[in-house]
Amino acid sequence: MHNVNHKENIIECIDVSFSYGSENVIQDIYLAVHRGDYLGIAGPNGGGKTTLLKIMLGLLTPQSGSVKLFGTDIRNFKDWHKIGYVPQKATSFDVNFPATVFEVVLMGTYGKRGIGRPTTKEDKTSALEALKKVEMDGFANRLIGDLSGGQQQRVFIARALVSNPEVIFLDEPTTGVDEAAQKEFYALLQTLNRTYDVTLVFISHDHTALAREATEIATIHKTLTYEVNTHHD
Amino acid sequence: MIELLQYSFVVRGLIAGIIIAIIAPFIGIFLVLRRYSLIADTLSHVSFAGIAIGFLFGINPIITAIIASVVSSIAIERLRISKKVYGESALSLFLSGSLAIAIVLISFYHGFNTNLTNYLFGSIVTVQQSDLFMIAGVSVVVLLLLIGFYKELIYISFDEDSALVSGIPVRLINIILIILSALVVALSIPIIGILLISALIVIPVLTALQFRKSFQATLIIAEAVSLLSVIAGIVISFYLNLSTGGTIVLIALACFILAFFLNSFQSSSKTVRVAP
Repeated sequence: MHNVNHKENIIECIDVSFSYGSENVIQDIYLAVHRGDYLGIAGPNGGGKTTLLKIMLGLLTPQSGSVKLFGTDIRNFKDWHKIGYVPQKATSFDVNFPATVFEVVLMGTYGKRGIGRPTTKEDKTSALEALKKVEMDGFANRLIGDLSGGQQQRVFIARALVSNPEVIFLDEPTTGVDEAAQKEFYALLQTLNRTYDVTLVFISHDHTALAREATEIATIHKTLTYEVNTHHD
Repeated sequence: MIELLQYSFVVRGLIAGIIIAIIAPFIGIFLVLRRYSLIADTLSHVSFAGIAIGFLFGINPIITAIIASVVSSIAIERLRISKKVYGESALSLFLSGSLAIAIVLISFYHGFNTNLTNYLFGSIVTVQQSDLFMIAGVSVVVLLLLIGFYKELIYISFDEDSALVSGIPVRLINIILIILSALVVALSIPIIGILLISALIVIPVLTALQFRKSFQATLIIAEAVSLLSVIAGIVISFYLNLSTGGTIVLIALACFILAFFLNSFQSSSKTVRVAP
């Protein structure tokens, strides 16, 4: 469904289809995300949520259709620092990886800094500021694997924030996180969206949470149905 | 110790050993964290085939080992990316295939001799003056590339998808990592030996990981363990007339066992402290 909105298109998926072998996972999807949106993408397991997210991030190439990021075809897109990504915690990293919270957040500056260029004082300051934003600056020297699920997700948000992105993609970020930490996590996302004007694309199977938090919800099950959450107006 | 340094072959062996001790854990930390440490074993067997080719055609075996190892490393990575063969199966394919090639080539070369045995088990007498220049030159290139790609390699090892989304050319850096691994393996063979080189790449890193420190501190500890093992290994093996490679690896293994038990002891004492 084409969403009528006068705000700038940050992401646009045009007639995108993708299949794994003979299995059609998503078909002829049109999706537009506008600046300042808090879009929730819901749907059943195997419905194509993560596939759509990977297509929007350039991790998968659709068999047909095209994706534009900030008006540029994704194949020619270079400004990756404008994009933040918070992966699904359970599958994204090894808890025994020898990295401190500060080292993990600093990774968020690497893409922008470029190959062969060492991190600067400015990068380190940005990493500390990002940790302050998510109230995790007191944990900078702790090992990432020693934190709780909720704290780890805050650190991943900080890593996504450190390059000052205009949009953050979150892939089922609350999986395995206890209820109290989830509540704090959602509050943090509201602050980022409303105070810092960061556009959010949140993938979750939890339709209830999305209905409560997001301004718009797209439900995906091969094709896309779209609803606007009027209670946020 | 000073009398030891009067022998030029010992000095050559020590210098080559120290260079290898520095680069082996540097590459090893990325291979271990990416669950790719078996590649070192595969590449060492591929290097064995390269060495056999060198012996057969009268070429410097380190040069043929480097060529065989680098070409195979690229082929392994391409095969892994194609997903036509499982990653570990690709390693197994190259390991057994190259070993078979080496054995057949050696049978043309009238079987094993002392020189070949030195390459299998490692010996300080294997390192010639020309080898030392090559080991030093190639190691400088490896070290500079590792430093140049250091932050990208950390990010890819931690979370490949996020690194890709941040704009890091993951595929290119993966290929570079595997080529550098091939170079390190081929260069290390004269000292450590084909059968033990993967141990020097992996064990110091595993030892350092027991201390549960930051990435930077883990790398420094791994370097220290590696240097200690290689220097002590060369000195002890000289005085006791033991195999150099075997002695180095046994010292590294002793460090790992010590660190493992220290870590287990610390963990259990912490559990006792927090118990109600």
